[in-house]
Amino acid sequence: MDFRGISLTELLVQKNNPQDVINYFYNRTKRHNDAINAYLYVDESEPIAKKNRVSSLLNAIPLALKDNILTKHQPTTAASQILSNFMSPYAATITHKLTQAGATILGKTNMDAWAHGSSTETSDFGITTNPYNVAFVAGGSSGGSAAAVAAGLVPAAIGTETAGSIRGPASWSGVVGLKPTYGRVSRYGIIAMGSSWDCPGPITQTVEDAALLLEILAGVDRYDATSINAPVERYKKQLEENKKFTIGVADEYFDGVDKDVMKSVDSSLSRLTKLGHRIKKIHLMHPKYAISVYMLLQRSEVSSNLGRYDGIRYGKNRSYFGQEAQRRIMLGSYALSTGYYDKYYKKAQKVRYIIREDFEKVFQDVDIIFAPTMPITATRIGDISSFSFYGEQMDVLAEPAAAAGIPAITIPAGIDHKGLPIGVQFMGPYLGESLILQAAYQLEKEIQFDRLSVMKKYE
Amino acid sequence: MNNQKEFIPVIGLEIHVQLATKTKLFDRGSADWFGKKPNTVVGPLALGLPGTLPVPNKKAIQWAMLLGKSLNCKINKISKFDRKHYFYPDLPKAYQISQYDQPFSYDGYFEFISPVTGTKKNITITRVHLEEDTGKLIHQGNETLIDFNRSGVPLAEIVTEPDFDNSDDVKRFLEELQVHVRYLGISDADMEKGSMRLEPNISVRHRKSEQKLPNYKVEIKNINSFRYAKQAIEFEIKRQEHLIRSGETPVQETRGYDEFKGVTFSQRRKEGAEDYRYFPEPDIPPFIFDDDFLKVIDDMMPELPHERLARFIAQGIKPGDAYVLTRSKSISDTYELIIKEIKSSVEKLTHKSKTLEGEIAKLIVNKKVSIEKDTRSVIKEIIQQLTPQETNEEELIQVIESVIETNQKPVQDFKNGKENSITFLIGQVMKTMKGKADPVGVRKSLEKKLTDT
Repeated sequence: MDFRGISLTELLVQKNNPQDVINYFYNRTKRHNDAINAYLYVDESEPIAKKNRVSSLLNAIPLALKDNILTKHQPTTAASQILSNFMSPYAATITHKLTQAGATILGKTNMDAWAHGSSTETSDFGITTNPYNVAFVAGGSSGGSAAAVAAGLVPAAIGTETAGSIRGPASWSGVVGLKPTYGRVSRYGIIAMGSSWDCPGPITQTVEDAALLLEILAGVDRYDATSINAPVERYKKQLEENKKFTIGVADEYFDGVDKDVMKSVDSSLSRLTKLGHRIKKIHLMHPKYAISVYMLLQRSEVSSNLGRYDGIRYGKNRSYFGQEAQRRIMLGSYALSTGYYDKYYKKAQKVRYIIREDFEKVFQDVDIIFAPTMPITATRIGDISSFSFYGEQMDVLAEPAAAAGIPAITIPAGIDHKGLPIGVQFMGPYLGESLILQAAYQLEKEIQFDRLSVMKKYE
Repeated sequence: MNNQKEFIPVIGLEIHVQLATKTKLFDRGSADWFGKKPNTVVGPLALGLPGTLPVPNKKAIQWAMLLGKSLNCKINKISKFDRKHYFYPDLPKAYQISQYDQPFSYDGYFEFISPVTGTKKNITITRVHLEEDTGKLIHQGNETLIDFNRSGVPLAEIVTEPDFDNSDDVKRFLEELQVHVRYLGISDADMEKGSMRLEPNISVRHRKSEQKLPNYKVEIKNINSFRYAKQAIEFEIKRQEHLIRSGETPVQETRGYDEFKGVTFSQRRKEGAEDYRYFPEPDIPPFIFDDDFLKVIDDMMPELPHERLARFIAQGIKPGDAYVLTRSKSISDTYELIIKEIKSSVEKLTHKSKTLEGEIAKLIVNKKVSIEKDTRSVIKEIIQQLTPQETNEEELIQVIESVIETNQKPVQDFKNGKENSITFLIGQVMKTMKGKADPVGVRKSLEKKLTDT
C-alpha cells in the first residue's frame, strides 16, 4: 500500500486499516529520517492503533508535533540541549485535543532551538534539510514539521509560529502552513517563546487538511487566559462556499522580492482574477517596521521566558544555551532595563498597535490580503552566517500579520529555477480564518501544485 | 541627651497578606499549603514548568480589591499584571507575577489611635496590589532544600507611605490592621504562620535636617510577630542613629532580624535601584473592570471594626468594653447573636448599666460568662444572671426578725437616730438570703419593723 501524497482528508475517506496507515508512515520515517533529520524523536515502540482512536474523528492517523509542544509520554526538548532529557508530566492542550480526536502521535519534529530561527539550523540536534534538495534548509523554526510533511513521512504535522515559523518552512518546503489568529488555538503546554505572539497551527499537504485540523485545535481553553472565547467555525465545510472576495495587494510587500517568487505571485493573481475575485491595490505600512517591533518585543519576552532554565531544575546550566538564545536573552534584558523600557519596549508596543490599526483600516476595504510568503526561496545550509539578521530578513513578510495577531496561510504556488518551492500567502482579519482558508482552497485547486514528485525521491 | 530629640525615625511599611482562597492565584491547585508535606501541594505552574500559563483567580482579585477599598483606596478600573524578574531558587519561573504601575487599588488611608499620643493617627496607604507567593527555602546544614507548596499562593501587598516615626505606632497599626483583615474574612493574617508579613523600611533623619526623607533606607525582613516588629525597629533605629552620630551614612540594604539575639544583620546590599525589568505579563490580558464587577466588591464589604465599634458605643456599651468586644469579629458576632436572641425572648431582665446591651457586653468582657461555650448555654447563663430573683416572703420575715435579735447594737444605734446603721442590717439580711431579695424592699421592711417596736 502506498499512502504517499494522500492527504489527511483523503486517508479518512478511504477508511484504511488504521494500523496499516501507522505502519506505513512509521516505516517511511525510519527509512528516510536520516536524510532530512525531520524528527528528533520517533516512537520506537511502533505505534499501535489504539482501540479508542480507531473510528474516532482522525481514525488513529499518525501526526507529528513540533518538539516545543508538550507530550506526556514522549520527550520534549525544544531542540535544546538544556531540555535534552525533559519528560513533561503534563500534555499541551492541543496534544490532548489531537489524541482525543483520535490522532496517533508518531513523533516530535526538529526545530530551531527554542524556536529561535528561520532555518532550523540553530537546533542543538542537527539541521533539518530541505526534501527538495538536501543542500538547502527546510526553513524554520518549524522546519522538521514542514520537511516531514513534504517528504511524505507523515500525512500532516503541527508547528508553532511566533512570526513566520509556520509559514516560512511551509513555504520553503512546498506545503500548506496556517498561522491562526493569536488566541484562536491554546498555547497551554507549548514552550513559550514570544508569549504575545506564539500561535500553534497545522502544516499540511492541502488546505482542506489545514481546515480540518484547525477545527480540532481551535477553541477557548480554561488553561490559557489569552485564548479567544468565540465559537469554532466549520472551516472545512465552509471551503465549499465558493465565495468571491475583494483581495488587497500592497506594493510594500514586493520590496526586495526575488524574481521567481514574483512570477508565482503574478500567476497566482491572474488565477485569482480568473476565479472571479476582485484584486484591489492597497497601501500597508512597510513590513520593515514589523521587524523592529518584533525584534524588541519578542526578545524581551524571550529573555523573560528563558529565565527559568537556570541550571537548578533542568539538568543543564545556562552555558548550554546556543549563541542565538544568548543573543536574544541579552538584547531582551537590555530592552527591559530601567531607563530603556520606555525607549524600546513601550515604543515598540505602540508601533505594534499602529500595525494592528493599519490592518484594521485596510480590512474595511478588502476581505483579505494577498502577498508572497517569503522574499526568496530556501537558502543554502550555512548561508545564515552571511546575514546579520537572517531571520528578520527572511520573515519580513510574515511578521506584520504576526505582530497584528491576525491569521495567515501559505500555500505552494510554484518552483523556482533552482527547483525549490515558492509559497504565497493570504492574510485575513481577526478571526477571519474561514476567509483565507476559502481563498487558499480555491487558488490551490487552480495551481495544482505537484507534491508527489518530491515524495518519490524517498522510496 | 534624649535621642528622640536629636533624630526622627522615618518608617514606611510593606505588608504582605496571604489570601485564604481555596486555590492558588494562577492555577486551580489547592492553596492550602501550610503544614503540608513539602512539594505535595504543587501543580505544573507552581513549579514553573515549561508551557504553563497563569489564569487569574477571580476571588483573589475581588479580595485584593476589597482590601484596597476597605483601606479607602481608589480602584484602578484598568489594571494588569506585570512580570518582576529576579533570580532566586524559590522563584521557579525567574519572575514573579506582580503588579507594577497599575495596581488594583491605590491612594488610601488607615486610622488608628496612637498609643504614644492617645490621639487618632492617619497613615497613607500608597497602594494595595496582588502578587504570587514564592516557594520556601529550607536550610539544613550545608544543603538548601526547596519546598514549592507555597509557590503561587495569592498575596496582597499593602504599601504605606513613610508616615511612622516610632515602633509603638507601627505595632498598634499592625494589630489594628490584623483585626481589620480578619473582619474582611480574606486571611487569618497570622504573623507566626506567615500569612501576614511585615517588611518595614527604616531610616532616621536629624531633627534639624530640611530633607524630609533621608537618601537611604534599610528594609528589614524575617519579622514574624508584633513584638519582634517593635524590637527590630527599635534596634534598627538605634543602630542607624549610632552610625549617623559617628559621621557615617547607613548603607541602603536589606537586613534580616535575628529574634534570638534581638539584632538585625545585613542580608543584601542594594546598590542603586534594583532592576526588576518589569513588563506587562503577556499571558494575562489587561483588566477593564465594569460597574457590575465593582458593585460585587461593594456588596462584599462587611461592617468594619471601627464601624462596629461606633455602633456598639451608640448602643450604650461603654467604649472600653465595646473596643475589647470588637477586637474579635467572632466574639462580637457571638455577642450580637446573643443580644438578638435575648431581646426576642420574653424574660424580663434587670441591668445596672445604661442599656441591656451595655450590661451584656460587660458580662462578656469581664468574663462573667464564658462565650467559648455554645451560644444556647451562654444565653441561658446570661438570662439567669439578669433575671430578678423571686423572694420567699415568709423566710424574709423570719430572717429580718433574727437579724434584729442578734444585732442589738446597730438596732439601738438606729433607734437613737443613727440612720446609717440600717445599711449594716440590710447587708446582713441580704447575706443570709443569699441575694434572693430586693434590697429596697428589705430596707422598707426593716424600717417598718424597727419603728413599730
